[in-house]
Amino acid sequence: MDNEIRKEIIKLITEMKFLTATILTALLAFISGLFLPWWAIAITSLLVTVVIHQRAGKAFLSGLLGVFILWAGLAWWIDMKNNGILSKKIASVLPLGGNSLLLVLVTGVVGGLIAAFAAMSGSYLRASKSR
Amino acid sequence: MRIVPFAISAIITGGLVFALNKQWGKIPPMGKFLSPQHGFWQNAEPVNKSFDAELNFSGLKGKAEVYFDERLVPHVFAENDEDLYFIQGYLHAKFRLFQMDLQTKAAAGRASEIAGPKAIQFDKRQRRLGMTFAAENAMKELEKDPQSKALFSAYTDGVNAYINSLKESEIPVEYKLLNFKPEKWSNYRTALLLKMMAKMLSAETESDLPNTNAKSIFSEEELKMIYPQVPDSLEPIVPKGTVFEKPGIIPVKPVTADSLYFSNKETVANRPVSESEKSNGSNNWVVAGSKTQSGVPILCNDPHLELSLPSIWYEVQLVTPNSNAYGVSLPGSPFVIIGFNDSIAWGVTNAQRDVKDYYEIKFKDKSKSEYWFNGQWVKTNLKEEIIKVKGGKEVKDTVAYTVFGPVMYDASFSDDLSNKRNLAIRWAAHDPSNEGMTFYKLNRAKNYDEYAEAIKTFSCPGQNFVFASKAGDIAIWQQGKFPARWDRQGLYVMPGEDSSYMWQGFIPQTENPHSKNPERGFLESANQRPADSTYPYFIPGSYITPRAVSITKYLSGMINITPDDMKKLQNNYFNSLAEDARGILLNYVKEADLEAVEKKYLDLVKSWDLMASPDSKGQTVYQCWWDSLEVEIWKDELTKVNPQAAWPEEQTLMELLKKDSAMKFIDNINTTQKETLNDVVTTALKKASANLAKKESEGKLEWTKFKKPTVYHLLKESLLPFARTGLNVGGNGNIINAVTHSHGPSWRMIVQMTSPTEAYGVYPGGESGNPGSKYYDGFVDSWVEGKYYKLWFMKDEDRADKNIKWTMKFEKK
Repeated sequence: MDNEIRKEIIKLITEMKFLTATILTALLAFISGLFLPWWAIAITSLLVTVVIHQRAGKAFLSGLLGVFILWAGLAWWIDMKNNGILSKKIASVLPLGGNSLLLVLVTGVVGGLIAAFAAMSGSYLRASKSR
Repeated sequence: MRIVPFAISAIITGGLVFALNKQWGKIPPMGKFLSPQHGFWQNAEPVNKSFDAELNFSGLKGKAEVYFDERLVPHVFAENDEDLYFIQGYLHAKFRLFQMDLQTKAAAGRASEIAGPKAIQFDKRQRRLGMTFAAENAMKELEKDPQSKALFSAYTDGVNAYINSLKESEIPVEYKLLNFKPEKWSNYRTALLLKMMAKMLSAETESDLPNTNAKSIFSEEELKMIYPQVPDSLEPIVPKGTVFEKPGIIPVKPVTADSLYFSNKETVANRPVSESEKSNGSNNWVVAGSKTQSGVPILCNDPHLELSLPSIWYEVQLVTPNSNAYGVSLPGSPFVIIGFNDSIAWGVTNAQRDVKDYYEIKFKDKSKSEYWFNGQWVKTNLKEEIIKVKGGKEVKDTVAYTVFGPVMYDASFSDDLSNKRNLAIRWAAHDPSNEGMTFYKLNRAKNYDEYAEAIKTFSCPGQNFVFASKAGDIAIWQQGKFPARWDRQGLYVMPGEDSSYMWQGFIPQTENPHSKNPERGFLESANQRPADSTYPYFIPGSYITPRAVSITKYLSGMINITPDDMKKLQNNYFNSLAEDARGILLNYVKEADLEAVEKKYLDLVKSWDLMASPDSKGQTVYQCWWDSLEVEIWKDELTKVNPQAAWPEEQTLMELLKKDSAMKFIDNINTTQKETLNDVVTTALKKASANLAKKESEGKLEWTKFKKPTVYHLLKESLLPFARTGLNVGGNGNIINAVTHSHGPSWRMIVQMTSPTEAYGVYPGGESGNPGSKYYDGFVDSWVEGKYYKLWFMKDEDRADKNIKWTMKFEKK
C-alpha cells in the first residue's frame, strides 16, 4: 500500500516535472527569441534541464515538445493571420509541394530537434555534476 | 560517468546549430530562416495589418502626414519639398527596399556579391559599359546645384532613416533567402538607378555590331533595302507635312569615310551588350478637346517594360502647399515620373534613338596604357575594377578609358569569340546630366511653357514627352541629347585612330521633333521614327512601326472620345502588321501541296479576325508561320558571318514582299534550284506546322497558352513561386496591348483634364514589395482583365475622408 502511494507520488512528480520543463522550455525560448539570435533556444533548453533534472530520454522529449509547440504554434498563428499567403510560396520554394501545414510542422520539428539535443545535453551535464 | 554522453549530445546540438546557421549552396541558413521570431514567418504580414504609425526623425524640418487608401497608395502631405522627398524615400524603402538595393547593385556591376560566380560576366559587362563612370558623372552633376543636392539628399536621408530603424527580423524575405543584408543608400545609388534606366532604354537601341557584320556581306544598296531608315508604313510622331527648320548644325563626313568606313568589310567577333531589346516599347497619346465628349484633352500612357514583381513602379501622391503631383515613381529615385498635377498631365515613351557608337582602338601593347590617336600614342585612363564574389575569390578587371569612352571589348574580356577587335564606346549616358530635375519641374509645371522648360535639359535616355493641360493644350516633344550625325555615321564600328569620326556636336534642343496643338486633334508616340524623311538629320534607332500605325488609325476615326474609349484602346488586340502580312501568306501559299494538318492551320489563319486575343488560335499560327518565313528568307544570307548579321524588321520583310514578290532574297542561296515566294511561303507553313502540332497536342495552340504571359519576381526562375504565371492576356510587342511572354504595359494611365481631374490607372503588381503581403500582387488580376482603378487625387480638405484607411504621422525629432 505505502509502496503504491509512493510510486504514484513519484509518477506524479515526474509528470509535473516533465510538464514544467516543457512549458519552461517553450517560455524561455520565446523570451530569448525577442532579444537573442535564433540559436539561443539551444542554451535556454539546456538550462531548463540543468535546473529541472530529468532522465535523458524525458529531457529530450520535453525539449522537443517545448520548442516544437512554440515554433509550430507561432508559425501556425502567423500563418492563420496571413491567410497562408507567404507560407504557400515558401513551401513551393522549399520542396514541400506548396503545403503550408507541412511547412508549419517542419518549422516545429527543426526548432524542436535542436532543443531536444540541447535538453538532453543538459540532463547529462547535471547528472555528471551530481556524481 | 555521464561525460561521454554529454559530449556526444552537446556535439550533436552544436553541429545542428552550426549546420542550420550556415548557407549551403542555394539553401539559406534554415534554422534562422524557419525561426518564427527571426525568419521568413516575420514577413507574413497579417491581412488586416494596420499601417498607422507615428514617426519622429531628426532629418525632418516639420510635420507631415501620409494617408493610405485601401489600395495602400500613399498620399503624402508635407510642409516643404525636403520633407516631401524624405518621406518618399522612407516609403520606397519601407515597401520596396530589396528591389532598390538589388537593382542598384546590379547596375554597378555588383551582382556577384549576391548571386556568386555565375554573375561575374554580367558584372564585367556592366563595368565595361561604364555604368559606374556614368553614375559618378551624374552624381557630380546632381550635387552641383544646391537645390537639386538638397532634394536628392533628403530622399537619401529618408531611405536611410528606414534602413536604420529596421530590425533584423523585419528585413525583406529575399534577404533572408539569399542571406545578405541591406546596404545604406546614397545620392550615388540614386544616380545608379537612373543609369539603369538609361541602359534599359538607350544602351540597346543600336545594332552597330550586327550591322558591321551585315556590311561585310551586303552591298550598299542591299543594306539600304533591308535596313531602311524610313519604313513605308511609318506614321511619325510629328504629323506628316510638318515643316522643319534649316539644321543649326551640319556635320561633315570625314574624307576617309568611303575608304576606311563604308567599304571596310572586316567583321566583328564581339557580341553586342545584349540582343537588341525590341520589347521595351511604349505607347502614349493625347487627344484634344475637339475630339472628346467632355471637350477637354485626355492623355494616355502605357510604358512597356520587363514586367516584374515587385513592379518597377510605385504609385504615389506628393503634396506640399506649393505642389500636388500624382502618378508613378521609381523606387530608388524621388519625384513622380509619369502622372499629373492640378494643371497638366504628362507621359513618356522611349525615343529608341541610337546614342551609342563603337570605335576601334589600336593599343600600343597589352598593357592598354597607350592608344594611337591623331598621329601619336596617347595615354589611356586605366580603371581597375574589383568584383567581389559571394562564395569565391574576388575578380579583377582593367578597363581602359579613351577620349571616346571605355574600351568595352578587348583581349581580356573573353566571353566572346576569338579574334576580336578592341572597341571603345561613345554613349550619351556617360555625359553629365541631371534628368531628375526634369521630373521635379514637371511635377510643378502649370502650362505648356513650364512643361517645355522642364524637359529641355533632359538628355538620356531620350523620351517622347506627351503633354496635356487644363488650358486645353496638347503637345509632344521627343527630348534628349542626340548626336548630329553625317549620313550613316555610327551605323557600323568606326575608325578610332583620329578625331574625324567623333561626334561633332548635338542637334540643337529646339530642333528636336515636336508638335503642339496639331490640326488633326491628337498626338501619339509608340517608339516609331519621330519624323518622316524631311527631318534634316540622320537619326538611326531601333524604331518600332506597327503600334503607331494602329493607334493613328483608331484615333483618326474617333470622335466624342471618353475615358472608357481610351481604356478599350489601351487594351486593343488588333494586329496591324498582320493585316498586310496575312494577305501575302494567303496569296502565295500552294494549297494543293499541303497535308491535311497543314490545311487545318491554313484555315485557322484564313478565318482569323486579326485580333491577338488570349484565346486566338489564328494569331498563334500566323505568328509561327511568319517567323518561319523570316527564317526561310533571311537565314541563308545572314549566317554567312558569325555572329550573324542584324535581322531585318518584321515590318521590312512585309514591305519588301508587298512591293516585289520576286525580291532577290527569297531564293535560298544554299540550294541549286531557284525558290519562289510560293515555295518559301509553303515551306514556311509546313515547317511551322510541325511545331504547331506539337503545341496543339500539349493544349497550347491558344495564343495566351502559347506565349504564357508571366510577371516574374526580380529573381526570375529561381523564385518562380513569387511570380504570377499563366495570365490570361493576349497581345504582342507590335500590338497596342503589347504583352509578350514577360514584357508589356507596366503602367496604364488615362487622365481627363476636367476639373476635378478624372484619372485612371493600373499596373501588374501591388504597392508592397513583400511577397508575404496581400498588397504584393493585388492589381495583377485587374490589369489582366483590362480594368482600371479610379485614381483618388486627394485634396487638403479630404483629410477626414472615408477613403483613408491608415495614417502615418511624421514629425521632426
